[in-house]
Amino acid sequence: MSAITYIEAIREAMYEELHRDPDVYCLGEDIGTYGGAFRATAGFLEEFGRPRILDTPLSEIAIMGASIGSAMLGMRPIAEMQFADFVANGFNMLVNFAAKVHYRWGPSCPMVVRLPTGGGTRGGPFHATNPEAWFTRVPGLKVVCPATVYDAKGLMKAAVRDDNPVLYFEHKYLYRRLKDELPQGDWIVPLGEARVAREGRDVSVITYGSMVYHAGLVAETLAADGIDVEIIDLRSLIPLDEEAILESVRKTNRVVVLHEDTKTGGFGGEISARIAEFAFEHLDAPIRRVASLDTPVPHAPQLEDAFMPMPADIEAAIRATVTY
Amino acid sequence: MPARSKRPSKNKDLAGYEPDFLLGLYRDMLRTRALDSRIEALYKQGKLVAGCYSSRGQEGCSVGSTAAMRDDDIVGPMIRNLGSMLRHGLPMKFVLSNYLGRATGPTKGRDGSSHFGSLEHNVFGPISMLGALIPVCAGAALSFQMRGEDRVALTWIGDGGSNVGDFHEGLNFAGVLKLPLVLILENNKWAYSTPIEYQTAAKDFACRAEGYGIASDTVDGNDIIAVYEVTKKAVERARNGDGPTLIEADTMRMRGHAIHDDAKYVPKEQLEYWETRDPVETFRARLKKAKLLDDDGHDSIMAAVKQELETATDEATAMPLPTGDRDTELGDVYA
Repeated sequence: MSAITYIEAIREAMYEELHRDPDVYCLGEDIGTYGGAFRATAGFLEEFGRPRILDTPLSEIAIMGASIGSAMLGMRPIAEMQFADFVANGFNMLVNFAAKVHYRWGPSCPMVVRLPTGGGTRGGPFHATNPEAWFTRVPGLKVVCPATVYDAKGLMKAAVRDDNPVLYFEHKYLYRRLKDELPQGDWIVPLGEARVAREGRDVSVITYGSMVYHAGLVAETLAADGIDVEIIDLRSLIPLDEEAILESVRKTNRVVVLHEDTKTGGFGGEISARIAEFAFEHLDAPIRRVASLDTPVPHAPQLEDAFMPMPADIEAAIRATVTY
Repeated sequence: MPARSKRPSKNKDLAGYEPDFLLGLYRDMLRTRALDSRIEALYKQGKLVAGCYSSRGQEGCSVGSTAAMRDDDIVGPMIRNLGSMLRHGLPMKFVLSNYLGRATGPTKGRDGSSHFGSLEHNVFGPISMLGALIPVCAGAALSFQMRGEDRVALTWIGDGGSNVGDFHEGLNFAGVLKLPLVLILENNKWAYSTPIEYQTAAKDFACRAEGYGIASDTVDGNDIIAVYEVTKKAVERARNGDGPTLIEADTMRMRGHAIHDDAKYVPKEQLEYWETRDPVETFRARLKKAKLLDDDGHDSIMAAVKQELETATDEATAMPLPTGDRDTELGDVYA
């Protein structure tokens, strides 16, 4: 068995699902002949043919609309946004059509939207955002943010099999940085179950996506100083595993909420509110949030590094929380 | 003829059509108008609070186009396509129960007016954002193509709604893939208070099809037979794998945007002119001329329509109101 990357895990999950279920198909810009801007669908066209692997016009509204219309009739589209940022062009379709149609008049809308997300890649204002919080407040959508190779595969397979619109935020920084050996066979990671990424006694870091990786590195540094950090990887934001968060907070009594999205209105606000609401009496220190600056994502490396939570920021927040 | 109106079609001879088919079209226009009037009346009586967007004057376009569809075809009616809903098999009671916000209606009170569909009846429901149904119905058409089904999807848009990006992206997408999609653009001259010359500088709306490399047609939208024929041609083209068609139907919105709107901005002579082209009245005259309908015949159809409407109103009104149980509401957000 050989180790595969995070993006290879995404590809493998889609490949297996395409073989498993004839209703599954892929659509998006440059996903066929070119194999996708990040090569997530490389070789699919040769294997499955057109229209099952569908190179579309440059039309995010049409990609979303066609996904919805076919999904309501039982197909299971996997739509790729070339970059998560471009989902803005298909926003109405997701938040007003896909999200509401089941509640309104009943049809299920089983579709996956793949969203290559996040920074650290010098992508700038339109190729590096983390727009998950646009959607976490829309009832009817599910929001998934894999942080590991294992979850990239398992959550994708679960998303394809889910009967709801699932927004799958795949982090570009992790694409080829993470490698792992995965078990054989058909397995999934259920949506809505958080994971203890690192067990610890002193402080809980509640996070998801790329920041699970960064928090892990910081935790190892702090371990040398005798600070034992627990990391909770949420894996999916909607549905949210609230109990996993509260359980960790009740154990460590100190918490840092961390994400790469900007701070104001970011999902960390929701997590913090739940902790304050349901575990207030367990807290020995104020909840601290670490997130990106409230600016657009800047391009130049010096600016992007100043924008994003850096290891030093994470470390400082954890130390302050532990010593409060 | 007032500005912005095209000449009516020269009425084709009705010979060659089964009388039952023609009378069925007539009956479905009457059903549509009766239901439309009932909705308006219930609103004015304070018995319903849903938005009332009248289909009056556009019944021929909805019924005639839908008559060209098979039962297993998907139709995606917009707010002024009540006739399409009835023609494609949605019971009056079902429609009314949604306007009345009943718990056992199609949206259980969660959305109002004609904002619902029914997969059982192959009807897709609209959302308020105009044009969204075009790419969504293209998606239905894509599923037919992928599964090798010879089904077709039909939806509608207005002169106003045709200016959103969804219209462009949906038609272009359907054109590239030669999807079995038919789009009827009901040019009813007014988008809320905005006349068509404020919507587009193009000479008409059908010409937009050329930009997508797809077929187009224009039709007198108040001539139910002409609408039926032009739609049938487009549906056959779609079923044969020859791709989508944009049909511009020339018609007129005979009421305000919604019931609250007195539409004083519409010139009186424009309304008077289109009153003479009323799709129900003109078709009745044609049926009489062809000796397919006399006064007794009309009265007997009308009596049946009234009976259906009264029963539907009684039954829909008798349905329970939602209880507002929070667990139930939360439980239905996800499939």
